[in-house]
Amino acid sequence: MARKTLWISARRDTGSRWFLGGLAFVAIVVPFLNLVVPPSSTLHLSGYGITLIGKYLCYALLALSVDLIWGYCGILSLGHGAFFALGGYAIGMYLMREIGPRGVYGNPVLPDFMVFLNYKSLPWFWHGFNHFAFALLMMILAPGCLALAFGWFAFRSRVTGVYFSIITQALTYALMLAFFRNDMGFGGNNGFTDFKDILGFDLHSEKVHLVLLVLTAIMLAISYIVCRSIVSSRAGRVIRAIRDGESRTRFLGYRVESYKLWVFVFSAVIAAIAGALYVPQIGIINPSEFSPLNSIEAVVWVAVGGRGTLYGAVAGAVLVNYAKTYLTTTIPEAWYYLLGALFVMVTLFLPRGIIGLMSRTERTQKAGKRLPVQVERPEPSRK
Amino acid sequence: MNIRGKTLCLEKVTVSFDGFKALNELTLQIEPGELRCIIGPNGAGKTTMMDVVTGKTRPHSGSARFGEKLNLLALSEPEIAQAGIGRKFQKPTVFEQLTVFENLELALAGNKSFLHTLLARTTPAQLDKIYKVLDIIGLSEQHFLVAGTLSHGQKQWLEIGMLLMQEPELLLVDEPVAGMTPQEIERTSALLQSLAGEHSVVVVEHDMDFIRSIARRVTVLHEGRVLAEGDMEQVQKDPRVIEVYLGA
Repeated sequence: MARKTLWISARRDTGSRWFLGGLAFVAIVVPFLNLVVPPSSTLHLSGYGITLIGKYLCYALLALSVDLIWGYCGILSLGHGAFFALGGYAIGMYLMREIGPRGVYGNPVLPDFMVFLNYKSLPWFWHGFNHFAFALLMMILAPGCLALAFGWFAFRSRVTGVYFSIITQALTYALMLAFFRNDMGFGGNNGFTDFKDILGFDLHSEKVHLVLLVLTAIMLAISYIVCRSIVSSRAGRVIRAIRDGESRTRFLGYRVESYKLWVFVFSAVIAAIAGALYVPQIGIINPSEFSPLNSIEAVVWVAVGGRGTLYGAVAGAVLVNYAKTYLTTTIPEAWYYLLGALFVMVTLFLPRGIIGLMSRTERTQKAGKRLPVQVERPEPSRK
Repeated sequence: MNIRGKTLCLEKVTVSFDGFKALNELTLQIEPGELRCIIGPNGAGKTTMMDVVTGKTRPHSGSARFGEKLNLLALSEPEIAQAGIGRKFQKPTVFEQLTVFENLELALAGNKSFLHTLLARTTPAQLDKIYKVLDIIGLSEQHFLVAGTLSHGQKQWLEIGMLLMQEPELLLVDEPVAGMTPQEIERTSALLQSLAGEHSVVVVEHDMDFIRSIARRVTVLHEGRVLAEGDMEQVQKDPRVIEVYLGA
C-alpha cells in the first residue's frame, strides 16, 4: 500500500525521467562526439569542450545540494561553496602527493610549494594523502564534520533565516582568508596546480577527462536519485513542513533541529563530492573557490532553474554557466551586472524559475482537466 | 478533594505576569468524555489556562494533574503532547504546501526521529486511521488537495483532524469557529459534539450562539477565577455573569 503511494509520487514526476534520460544522453553523446566523430568535422568535441561540460556537471551537483537544503528545507545556505572547495582541496592534496619527484624541485615527498616555502617536513595533516582511498575518505569527512559542528551550534541556538545565511557567508569567507595564508600548509594564494596524474592515469589525456566526465554524470544521477528518495519519503514531508511552519512541526513532536542537521550535513557532503570531481577536471584549486561570491552564484543557479524540484537546480546551473562562458568571452565586463539582473528578474517574475514557467504552460494546456496540484488517491484498505 | 476519575484537574493555579494575576487560584475539573465550554471576557485567563495545561506557561503555585496521577507541571511541552493532550491554536496552522492527506500523516502518533521517518512506510492500519479521521472531519473528498487551497473553515477542521491523529485523551480547542460561515459553524458544532465521549473536549469560544448550540456545561472565567459554572441557562441567569459579560 505504502509502496504504491510512493510509486505514485515517482510516476507523476515526469521531470525525473527527463532528467535521468538527458543525463544518460550526455554521458553517451559526449564520448561519441570526441572519440568517433573525426577532428575535421564541425561536430567534433574538443578537449576544451569536454572539460567545459564536465565543469557544468560538477556545478549541477553543487546546485543539487543547494536545492535540497534551500528548496526543500528552507535553509538558505550562502556557504555551500566552502564545502565544494574543501572537497576539492582534499582531492587536490592527493593529486599533489601523486606528483612525487616529478615536481620542479624534484622532492619525492614535499610538494613544490612546500619546498619553495622552506618546509622541512610534511605537515601532519598531509600524511595519508598519498593514498587515494584516504583522500576520498577525508573528502567526505572533513566537510561533513565541519557541517555537523557548524549546523549543530547554529540549529541548536535556533539561528534561522537571514541570520543563518549571514553566518554561512562568514564561514566561507573565514575559510578563504585562512587558506590564503601561506603557513596554513595549503599552498596559500596559489593553491594546488600542475597535477600530473590520478591513480596513474595521465590528467592531460582527453580520454581521462572523458572518464571523469562520465563519472561526474553517474555521481550526479546517483545523488539525484538519493535526494529524490529523501524528499519523497515521510522525512521529506517533515522537511517541507519545517520549511513552511517550523514551530508547528515542533509542536507535532518532531525534533526540528536534528532534521535540519541531517539534511545540512548530507547536502554539504554532496557539495564536497562535486568539488572533488571538479578539481581533477579543471586542474587547479585555490582559495578563491571559497569566495562568498561562488556560494551566492550557486544560489542564483537554483533560483533561476526553480527551487524545490531538484532537476530545476541542475537546469539552472547548466544554463547560467553556459551563459557565463559565452558572455565572459564576448562582453566580460557586463557579466556580474547580467547575473545580478537575472537574479532580480527571476525573483520578481519567475518565483518558481524556469521549471515553474514550463509547468505553468503545461498546466494551461491541460486546463480544466486537472486541479493545480493533485496526487492520485491511494485506495484505503478495507477489511 | 476527590480527583479520582477526572481527566484534568487544576487546583488553585496562580499565574502572574509582573504582578498581574492572569490566573488567580483557578480550580477546574474536566470529566472523561466531557464537552466543556469556557467563556469569559478578554483577559479572563482562558488562553493562559490552556498554556498551563500544555506546558507553555509554568504557574507560580497550584497543581495540574492529567488523569489519575500525571503531574503536568513536571513535563515538557512535547512530553505533554505525547501523554495525550492535544491543542488547537486560535489561528489555524496547517502545512499549506502539503496535501490534506500528508498533513494528517505527519500528525500520526509514533516514532518521529529522522531515520525512522526516512524509512517509514504508511501501514494499512495507519492508512485506515487517516481515512477514518478524514471522514470525521468531512474532508474525504479534499484529501488530495494542497492544504493552502482549503477554505478557512476546512483548515480549522483539518487542524482538529491533525489533533485526532495524535490520539489525545484531552482536546483543547481555542476559538474553533472564529471567521466561519454559519453553515461551517453548524458542522463544527456537530463535529465537536461527536468527538466528546471518546475524548474530553475543552472549547474556548466567544461566539455565544455557538456555545448555546453545543454546551452541556459552561464555565465562566473572570479575572483568573471561575465566576460561574453550570448549564447554559443557569449561567445566563447568574447576575454576576450578566454584569461582567453577557450584559453588554
